[in-house]
Amino acid sequence: MSGHDHQHHHDHDNHFTPIEARVKALETLLVAKGYVDPAALDAIVETYETKVGPRNGALVVAKAWTDPAFAERLRQDGTAAVAELGYGGRGGEHIVAVFNTPDEHNLIVCTLCSCYPWPVLGLPPVWYKSPPYRSRAVIDPRGVLADFGVTLPADQRIRVWDSTAETRFLVIPQRPAGTEGWDEERLAGIVTRDSMIGVGLPEVGAAT
Amino acid sequence: MSRPDAALADALAAGTPIPRDADGPVFAEPWQAQAFALVVALQNKGVLTAQEWAEALGAEIREAVAAGGCRDGSDYYERWCEALEHLLIAKGLASHEGVDALAASWERAAEATPHGRPILLENDPQRVS
Repeated sequence: MSGHDHQHHHDHDNHFTPIEARVKALETLLVAKGYVDPAALDAIVETYETKVGPRNGALVVAKAWTDPAFAERLRQDGTAAVAELGYGGRGGEHIVAVFNTPDEHNLIVCTLCSCYPWPVLGLPPVWYKSPPYRSRAVIDPRGVLADFGVTLPADQRIRVWDSTAETRFLVIPQRPAGTEGWDEERLAGIVTRDSMIGVGLPEVGAAT
Repeated sequence: MSRPDAALADALAAGTPIPRDADGPVFAEPWQAQAFALVVALQNKGVLTAQEWAEALGAEIREAVAAGGCRDGSDYYERWCEALEHLLIAKGLASHEGVDALAASWERAAEATPHGRPILLENDPQRVS
């Protein structure tokens, strides 16, 4: 299902911009002096983690469901197709869309918070950065999915995609039955962040 | 941990054009959320007061606007970080040199960390302590 040329550089591809390094420096200093508790920081960030553009990804998925030509462009060149909708920028330069099929379910993992397609998915959730998720997603993806309350058919393979600094993956879930005739906006309403990471599935009843 | 409430977010941004939607602040990049969280955490701890913060950020933004920047809000969080740093220095909690050195250390640590490993300050090859 994927004819993409995936690059996996696992050396020296980490980078902080000066401002990112500065924020880390301030954080380190304040944590060391006891003025800030790292867990409290995580909790605050978690409150806002859906506030960096996650609707963008949902709209990409909804368009892929309703517009076969767009879906094909997305399959061929995720970056360009996402840019058509006006999304992109740092962190999203090379977006590869991986499409779920009845035979194959896709799951994204990365060991670093920087390796996450945040222009389309927003801030990485805290669990995405946690060591248990990072290691278990590769070793026991079905178990990880069970933790998220997702049970797939036994004959549906799970393909795990390891993000890199160059390549960020976006899962395109299968369009659920019962959504015939829905417009893009309504469809986007059932596309959750988790379903675009591959740890969830869009549910027709989930629309709010 | 309770959700930082809207009133706090408003206080944080008193008189300044914080990028936001109907539910509260929005961020263009993850580091902005980290910087935001630092200030919220410092206020929760009582290290900074809302008033101090509003004045520090307001001063930084006025200065940037006078210099021709910060008009469209795109560099809002750069000013945010400068305000935080300057306020910490004014309170004697940090020094410019100290933050510079730590930031440089983080940049080196990031470059030295192989993909697949968390970036840790210990990974800085030039780290002395």
